[in-house]
Amino acid sequence: MVNIQLTGAEMVLKAFEDHGVDTIFGYPGGAVLPIYDELAKSSSSTNNNAVRHFLVRHEQGASHAAEGYARSTGKVGVLLVTSGPGVTNAVTGLTDALMDSIPLVCISGQVPSHLIGTDAFQECDSVGITRPCTKHNWLVKDINDLSRILHEAFYVAANGRPGPVLVDIPKDIQFQTGTYIGPETIKHKSYRPKLKANIDTIDEALQLIANAEKPIFYTGGGVINSGNAAVQLLREFVRLTDFPITSTLQGLGAFPGDDAQFLGMLGMHGTYEANMAMNQCDVMINIGARFDDRITGKVDEFSPNSKKIHVDIDPSSINKTVNVDIPILGDVAHVLEDAIKLWKTKVYKTNKSAVKEWWKIIENWKKVDSLKFTQDKKTIKPQYAIQRLYELTKDLDTYVTTEVGQHQMWAAQHYKFKKPNRWITSGGLGTMGFGFPAAIGVQVAHPEKLVIDIAGEASILMCIQEMSTAIQHKLPVKIFIINNQYMGMVRQWQELLHDKRYSHSYTESLPDFVKLADAYGAKGIRVEKPEELDKGIKEMINYDGPVIFDCVVDQNENVYPMIPSGKSHSEMLLGDESEKTEISDEGKNLI
Amino acid sequence: MQNEILKQTVSVLVDNEPGVLARVIGLISGRGYNIDSLTVAEVDAEKHISRITIVTPGSEETVNKLIAQLEKLIPVSRAVNVTFEKKGIEREMALVKILATGEKRVESMRLSEVFRAKIIDTTHDSFVFELNGSPRKIDAFIDLMKPLGLSEVSRTGVVAIARGTEKM
Repeated sequence: MVNIQLTGAEMVLKAFEDHGVDTIFGYPGGAVLPIYDELAKSSSSTNNNAVRHFLVRHEQGASHAAEGYARSTGKVGVLLVTSGPGVTNAVTGLTDALMDSIPLVCISGQVPSHLIGTDAFQECDSVGITRPCTKHNWLVKDINDLSRILHEAFYVAANGRPGPVLVDIPKDIQFQTGTYIGPETIKHKSYRPKLKANIDTIDEALQLIANAEKPIFYTGGGVINSGNAAVQLLREFVRLTDFPITSTLQGLGAFPGDDAQFLGMLGMHGTYEANMAMNQCDVMINIGARFDDRITGKVDEFSPNSKKIHVDIDPSSINKTVNVDIPILGDVAHVLEDAIKLWKTKVYKTNKSAVKEWWKIIENWKKVDSLKFTQDKKTIKPQYAIQRLYELTKDLDTYVTTEVGQHQMWAAQHYKFKKPNRWITSGGLGTMGFGFPAAIGVQVAHPEKLVIDIAGEASILMCIQEMSTAIQHKLPVKIFIINNQYMGMVRQWQELLHDKRYSHSYTESLPDFVKLADAYGAKGIRVEKPEELDKGIKEMINYDGPVIFDCVVDQNENVYPMIPSGKSHSEMLLGDESEKTEISDEGKNLI
Repeated sequence: MQNEILKQTVSVLVDNEPGVLARVIGLISGRGYNIDSLTVAEVDAEKHISRITIVTPGSEETVNKLIAQLEKLIPVSRAVNVTFEKKGIEREMALVKILATGEKRVESMRLSEVFRAKIIDTTHDSFVFELNGSPRKIDAFIDLMKPLGLSEVSRTGVVAIARGTEKM
């Protein structure tokens, strides 16, 4: 393509077009006015490629909405914010995206070049502040660097282990004219993530898999990030072996949640069978997961007798907290494709009789029924609410986002996902306030689908202002609040670790959520009795517009099973009243 | 041996772009590592590549993790452990100021000859020595100068390179 002369602001929009960006989330301000002006010009012309801009009500909302868009589509999410508070407000979402490996491009305005460093109005050191919470960032100092930097930004965000990037553009650069070079002629100087793994290492892993007697697949968000091909290949490989499979929070949906081979989520609030299988296995096949502390429990006692295979695109994930026997460095889809080919050409066979015995042991663990709860006639159990929500929405190809806390864990346990990208939750950072703006981003990407934010009454108040966004852009997002009037997970830990001193975990002076919905122009539904639940949920689904569903639930329910701090997988609490546990001082130190 | 805490020397090749040093040291402090010494300079003016040498206390295992993290940074093209005990050569330069007269002054000059230090500035009451060598040699020189009127020290920090034909 020919190099063309454009202003900085025009270059930003041209780069969006060249990278297939049709949707952005943002909030205007002084230092991004030239770019906003271009947005106005482009949408008023008959340009079919015009970018749709969704005005949020807080830049944190923009960052989470972009995450929701990215997490539900696999595409790069884009946000546009102004200098100073615009950037600092977006920091939470950028950090969230970094922790969960979500590709975002954040374009931020900056004060004009000559004012940088003078404590100008709405100036902050944006690249300094976002350096540790982005995969990479740039401050543009020369208009002729801008197009290269924009192309690099999209490349770095989406390739290798995905992550958020930020491009900080001073206002004078947005006005200046320079040469725009197309993306096809630009290559990043040095960043070339390795996609294909060493075939001999894969073969070594396959031999281990073929000889395994008590194997388990442990899969994570890396499978989802690798794309739909990876998901299909994973399913093929798991079926080929007939091994049990468990998943991390981020990986849910990669393998069908209602499949017999799937043991449910593992980790701190994972199922008994998943954690016991991890504890007792002899071969662990980690695909795209990172041995997070919510997964391992006490690291010294994590799966003590297994040989571990670890597929990861990020070399720094390998041997970070858990040492593995066979590290496979590469992209999940590429590795699985090679693995399946090799498995077939070398005619490897699993140890069928041993695996059959292994399944018998697992079936016994399943009988513990670790997700059980008792629903009485008076108050709604939170698990029951999620179960009913699942039953009534499972055939609608529903997208579910969550906030963070007990409701999130109950949703992960009781809502079963058949497809990837349908489950959008803040795992690594654990960001309360994530779910609602994320749901807005999901709804923007999938306007015809049912999108539900399963929330807590505390979390939802952290970004409730985005209801105004949902109304403005006619996004019929449903908020399903599991309302127990507590920061439930905080209360649960205080009960367990701090002798039931519920310090500041009770949410007083809650708003009337029905009136709140009404004030924004949304619909409010309040349900307190179990027998009214189904009717309420159906009403929510059928309403064409945003809904706040206030589901009043049992205040004392805890999330079980639970691996308490500092304990191993074999020391799970199952929630029986008789059970008493001593948490060591060392355990109390953990989070 | 793997877990013994030693001083480890890591060489890092980076694209020489604004903020790259901040990225490297931010990562090191952010992940809980310490820096004993740090040197940085451009080594390839055409390709704009700089070389950073970091000395950090840690076991070989923890430093390997640090290297993996460093290599994750976009402008970092390579990071290598070039610790002296392994396969590396380490050198440092120091400027050492001595305030002394009489016998102490003579003794400091005599010792400087033993260490092949150069006198690069002198008055009737002072010397400034320039000394090159391994960090241990410089430590030893400074120790010896302490009773002789050591006044001030400025050290470059370690630069290192692998022995033999090996290239980064």
